[in-house]
Amino acid sequence: MKKTSVLGKIYVGLIVAFLQLPILCLIVYSFNESKSRAVWQGFSLKWYQALFQDSEMITSLGTTLLCAFLAAIISTIIATVAAIGMNSMRRFTSTSIMTVAYIPMLNADIVTGVSLLILFTMLKMELGFATLLLSHITFCIPYVLFSVMPKIRQFDYSKFEAALDLGATPGLAMRKIMIPDIMPGIVSGFFMALTLSIDDFIVSFFTTGNGVQNLSIKIYTMAKRGISPTINALSTIMYLVILAILLYTNLRSMNQDKQKNRKGTN
Amino acid sequence: MRKLMTLVLALLMIAGAAMGLAGCKDESKIVRVYNWGDYIDPDVTKDFEKETGYTVRYEMYETNEDLYTKLANSNASYDVIFPSDYMIERMVAEDMLAKIDMSHIENLKYIDKEFLSLGYDPNNEYSVPYMWGTLGILYNTKMVDGEIDSWSALWDEKYAGSIIMMYSQRDAIGAALKSLGYSLNSMDDQELQQAKDLLIEQSPLVLGYFMDETKDKMIAGEAALALVYAGDAVYCIDYNEDLTYIIPKEGSNIFYDAMCVPKNCKNMEGAEAFINFMCRPDIAARNADYIGYSSPSTAAREQMEDGNNPYAYPDLSKYKLEIFSTMGEKNKLYDVIWTEVLAKVGE
Amino acid sequence: MKKQKSALLALPMAIWLLVFVLIPIGVIVYYGVTVTGPDGNLVFSLSNFARFADETYLKVFLRSIKIALYATVICLVLGYPVAYICARGTERFRTIVMLLLMLPMWMNFLLRTYAWLSILENSGLVNRILGQFGIERIQFLYSEGSVIFGTVYNFLPFMILPIQNVLLKMDDSLLEAAYDLGATPVQRFLRIVVPFSVPGVISGITMTFVPSVTTFVVSQLMGGGKVPLVGDIIERQFRVVSDWHFGSAVSVIVMIVIISMMVLMNKVDKSDVDERGVIL
Repeated sequence: MKKTSVLGKIYVGLIVAFLQLPILCLIVYSFNESKSRAVWQGFSLKWYQALFQDSEMITSLGTTLLCAFLAAIISTIIATVAAIGMNSMRRFTSTSIMTVAYIPMLNADIVTGVSLLILFTMLKMELGFATLLLSHITFCIPYVLFSVMPKIRQFDYSKFEAALDLGATPGLAMRKIMIPDIMPGIVSGFFMALTLSIDDFIVSFFTTGNGVQNLSIKIYTMAKRGISPTINALSTIMYLVILAILLYTNLRSMNQDKQKNRKGTN
Repeated sequence: MRKLMTLVLALLMIAGAAMGLAGCKDESKIVRVYNWGDYIDPDVTKDFEKETGYTVRYEMYETNEDLYTKLANSNASYDVIFPSDYMIERMVAEDMLAKIDMSHIENLKYIDKEFLSLGYDPNNEYSVPYMWGTLGILYNTKMVDGEIDSWSALWDEKYAGSIIMMYSQRDAIGAALKSLGYSLNSMDDQELQQAKDLLIEQSPLVLGYFMDETKDKMIAGEAALALVYAGDAVYCIDYNEDLTYIIPKEGSNIFYDAMCVPKNCKNMEGAEAFINFMCRPDIAARNADYIGYSSPSTAAREQMEDGNNPYAYPDLSKYKLEIFSTMGEKNKLYDVIWTEVLAKVGE
Repeated sequence: MKKQKSALLALPMAIWLLVFVLIPIGVIVYYGVTVTGPDGNLVFSLSNFARFADETYLKVFLRSIKIALYATVICLVLGYPVAYICARGTERFRTIVMLLLMLPMWMNFLLRTYAWLSILENSGLVNRILGQFGIERIQFLYSEGSVIFGTVYNFLPFMILPIQNVLLKMDDSLLEAAYDLGATPVQRFLRIVVPFSVPGVISGITMTFVPSVTTFVVSQLMGGGKVPLVGDIIERQFRVVSDWHFGSAVSVIVMIVIISMMVLMNKVDKSDVDERGVIL
């Protein structure tokens, strides 16, 4: 690996700064005493207090997290199991399934959203958490599938068969041999699903109702109503939590790599 | 890996707990309210919950048309909604509203008689008045030369880029019809076509098409003029003294927003309790003071801080005001006109 | 024998895709080709499609594609160098940059858009600062430019990450071989790096172009309703004017146009679908 040139570093730095800039502004504003973002009236934590007292906001945060985790877990299970099954299918069948799975990835969110809305309406399902979750699982499945599939293609089936020959049940062989091997694909698919679900607005917009709001929808209605400093406080907390999680996981994996390298050199 | 999974599970449990707090309540104790954005004092709902033991699940919409679409097409169920006059008429005609047993609304006696049994609900069976108001122009005296008294100001090239229009079809088309000298309830295809052309002609001058955002922008001085409801004008003038509100001389709209119960409501008792609570003079006064709209209850106005605001309670005999009525078969035409206006805006 | 049995594992997902992907598409097509007849029943009609063929709507559609193209090209131009520099940089450098790129992505889409509103509005931060220097306020928001800006900001990371992931897999020995054979740096970049990164670029373009064509959030919040996109038309049919048939017809058209564009583009890339860089 080469050292990055100074010019390159400056360019990357500028782009990264551009991406952080608006969020950093929100963070500064979140400590502003005044409601108006125009004037600085002194340091205050009152918007944080207001945020924690805003039960609707807390509920919508809960809805977002619950929906994201459930959608990520369920879609990961469904897609991983399917990926394992598809590997032993005839090429034509598995390609057809892949093509259908590719549709939600290629299709515009708005089309996915309205088509599900009409489906739920025709089935006389009441819009709410259940419909929200079903929709999120639907658009998460392909991302998990496409991140697990390559790992399964790379998986060496002779290892699996060896385990069977040594008397392992297919279930045990799968748990002990196959799953650990394809784990990186499962994990990255899971996180992809999680990110997409937390980030989604458009599909949620069409498929939820009856008072069930996730964070995106809550912010949308608030943003249409003018600037509210409680959103700034929320952004700050989210930014810091995410930063902490990312730092933690990255530092850990870096440390593990170092330890591995050390072992390797010995 | 295991640690990561633990972390994930812990987060999941927290989320579950947060949901549980909101979710695990007895259904018969929940009142689902679907109201306009910024159309209630949030403390009032909290007091209602405290006093009655009901839990309010509150959602907001932007325009009457949003409300209609939500109720007509999706399987949404709400217990209390706040449609305006013409929308109540349409919903009654399409059998979407339940009759309210007015004997359960004890506090109805505080609502002034002149607001009951109006044209949209002649027998007073479906609706309980909540607020009323006029449609007019809010403008910033520092950014506008002289006084404004006509709709034509919204088409004045002097104010290009400084005009805010409403993202609401009846109101925007209504303003155009009035400035052409036609009725707000015109069913004439030619007149409507002219109104549409006028709105398209106006679009280059418009800063943006907004509903609830308008207040924030007018207070901050981001635009000179805006088409608004009187109540929002009262709210804005409270924060920015440079603002003033007028009802144009060509005439305008007077509207009545009322509380109704949709046919598929799940908690009639809760809905009635909520409506009754909103009619109590001290509560109605708090709502009207908070949002700035005009209360239909003299008893409430007597308890308000701002019960005689000149913008909210003008001398109605001085203006030519019309109520919107439902368009029947022409509803569809309004939809098409509005869709086309907004599609042409960007040209 | 065994193979057949394990194929059954794919059944739950196959059923899921049937119910929540294929049937809904069938349903919008059905809604698109019907209208409510005078007796309240649905009757077959192509009038919804005919209505979209009007100049008014076609212009909106073309504008949506134009704005999305601008945004995608800008993302590519801004993002490619970042991806390249990161992929060629040290592990530490890359980790830090990736972490900072992911941060806004993990925030909510609405929060990211909302953040710019308070900076760019007439009485916002930028105009405040300009005001300090006596410069008259500039109208940043509610124009095509601001919609493109908002789109670029929102989708830039989605362009950088897949390209970077693909470039990471590039073997350094390829470049060294080219160097030994006397290729100039420009030649090496154009002949080796660029072709190698095609799968990543395609996946980046897909992830920026498709959401940009059909967004209605950015056009409403940053365009103030003045830059209507095809997403706004669909949204309005479903949310405001309750003409689900017209809304479905527009959705079907959007779906067909986008999917055929993407399929055409994928033809350029000969690699297998699942070899393409998937972010994360």
